[in-house]
Amino acid sequence: MSGNIPVTKPPFSQTPMGELVSDFTANPFAVLGFFGLLAVIICAIFAPYIAPQNPYDLMTLDFMDGNLPPGSTGGMGQVFMLGTDDQGRDVWSSILYGLRTSLAVGAASAFIAFGIGCIVGLIAAYAGGLTDTLIMRLVELQLSFPAILIAMILVAVLGQGTDKIILALVAVQWAYYARTIRGLALVEKGREYIEATHVLGFSHFRIVLRHLLPNCIPPLIVIVTMQVASAIALEATLSFLGIGLPLTEPSLGQQIANGYGYMQAGRYWLSIFPGVALLFTIVSLNLVGDHLRDILNPKTRRQ
Amino acid sequence: MLQFLVRRLLQAVGVLAVMSLLVFVGVFAIGNPVDVMIDPAASEAERQAAIVALGLDQPMWRQYLTFVGNALQGDMGKSFVYNQSASELILSRLPATFELAVMAMLIAVAIGLPMGLWAGLKPGSWADRLLMTISIFMFSLPTFWVGLLLIMGFAVTLGWLPSGGRGETRELFGVPFAFLTWDGFQHLLLPAFNLALFKLALVLRMVRGGVREQMTSDYVAFARAKGVSETRIVFKHVLRNIMLPVITVMGLEFGNILAFAVVTESIYAWPGMGKLLINAITVLDRPVIVAYLMITVFIFIVINLIVDLTYTLLDPRVRTGGAK
Repeated sequence: MSGNIPVTKPPFSQTPMGELVSDFTANPFAVLGFFGLLAVIICAIFAPYIAPQNPYDLMTLDFMDGNLPPGSTGGMGQVFMLGTDDQGRDVWSSILYGLRTSLAVGAASAFIAFGIGCIVGLIAAYAGGLTDTLIMRLVELQLSFPAILIAMILVAVLGQGTDKIILALVAVQWAYYARTIRGLALVEKGREYIEATHVLGFSHFRIVLRHLLPNCIPPLIVIVTMQVASAIALEATLSFLGIGLPLTEPSLGQQIANGYGYMQAGRYWLSIFPGVALLFTIVSLNLVGDHLRDILNPKTRRQ
Repeated sequence: MLQFLVRRLLQAVGVLAVMSLLVFVGVFAIGNPVDVMIDPAASEAERQAAIVALGLDQPMWRQYLTFVGNALQGDMGKSFVYNQSASELILSRLPATFELAVMAMLIAVAIGLPMGLWAGLKPGSWADRLLMTISIFMFSLPTFWVGLLLIMGFAVTLGWLPSGGRGETRELFGVPFAFLTWDGFQHLLLPAFNLALFKLALVLRMVRGGVREQMTSDYVAFARAKGVSETRIVFKHVLRNIMLPVITVMGLEFGNILAFAVVTESIYAWPGMGKLLINAITVLDRPVIVAYLMITVFIFIVINLIVDLTYTLLDPRVRTGGAK
């Protein structure tokens, strides 16, 4: 039956999704960032399979291979592309494992903050009145202090540990999401379809979750991208200062800090390469986020 | 105006009270101060005596009042490590941090402003695109890593500038400053530039955006029609109009620079209050942590207040709450 009706599917490039994709690919930097990000995520997920050695399994380390510059050949005939540290640990493998930790901590805290921020922001926008005022005052108060300061305060108070670092990063970031989603939800709240849901007698819960939230999500995706980047940078900074992740899970920040001591002795590779990896990750995320913002924003969207 | 001032001051006092409560709860209530402040090797009798002496046997609200009362008199306990009043210790380090932050601010404006003008006047040109891409890198680069590269480049490889420390200082009104001596100035350059990078990108982007917006406005078209030279339009009229938001943001960012100085100070061994804080956190020197937090919060509130008031003076719309 349905076969009788000629349905002409528009070519992909004319669907809304297709337009987004073609807008995105029009900018070479954005595409570069996207593939960079993809590479970073693949490296992080498959680190144990890609890395030539497990840098934290002491059995695989050989002191004889210590302090080798990049490109050296070890005692077993293996090549250390990025050199080794004083315990004979392959720097490339350490970076892959460190990337894993950095990315996991950054993504976990950004997503938890996203969740909390969404809930709080939606409540503020939907409830309005005193609830809204109280929540937004708290958000403003927090945003008037720099992220690094709040994170340091929390680490000083809570002590160190992976869970505490994530908690500190979440506490720093939730306010950004809350403020953004409140602004978006306030606009959506005034639209007819939300009025219609009231008329239909839907529960508050259903209105907020099924109707308000989905319409606020797209602009937030950009913020998530940028916030993951800033969470990674913040974690690296805290770890570099020695008040971040525990030593058992060396993130890129810690590797840079550890390598820094050897920098003056000319063993630049211990600090520079983890730094390049960190920079690569953050720049990729920011390039993608920056251009997503441009194409999702109707004001700056090219005609 | 007076009413606005009073209301704003009351708000500031309110924020300070809230923050003091948060800091108190954070430092004294969540962690067990007994374990932290008393030598673990002490006997039970000594412990009890110390608890009474520190007032830790009092109810929580009384402890808080004591804490606030002491803080108001500038007494936030003695540093365990330096055995010196914590607040005095931090205030003695304040000039170094302040000097670093002001220098960073000057560098950010001195470089960011002309670059932003250049990019904004020639939108879409290669220079514009290059500067915008560079600014993304400046935003992305973690401060500490840039610091390492700068030390590697300018201090270790080229040997032009010292890699750390504050160098020679000279007193001005009884306060030692490094920028007054050539040696100290050289020590200041690298950390200040490091700290300035992020703000430089911010100024660049703001000025570029402002110039692009202003250049298409009616008054520029009018000035052109009148035959005013392009140089005069840019420097006399456009620049004046974009300076207000730039000054406001830089004022607000000053607090941010003070906070981020922690990182720069650690890398360059700059003896400011940020370095003191990191040391205090690693050895759990709680009185110093508390004093740092309270002093920083206070500085922040003062900065926000000054920015708000300046803004009110410069832009009457804010004061009257009138049409936007």
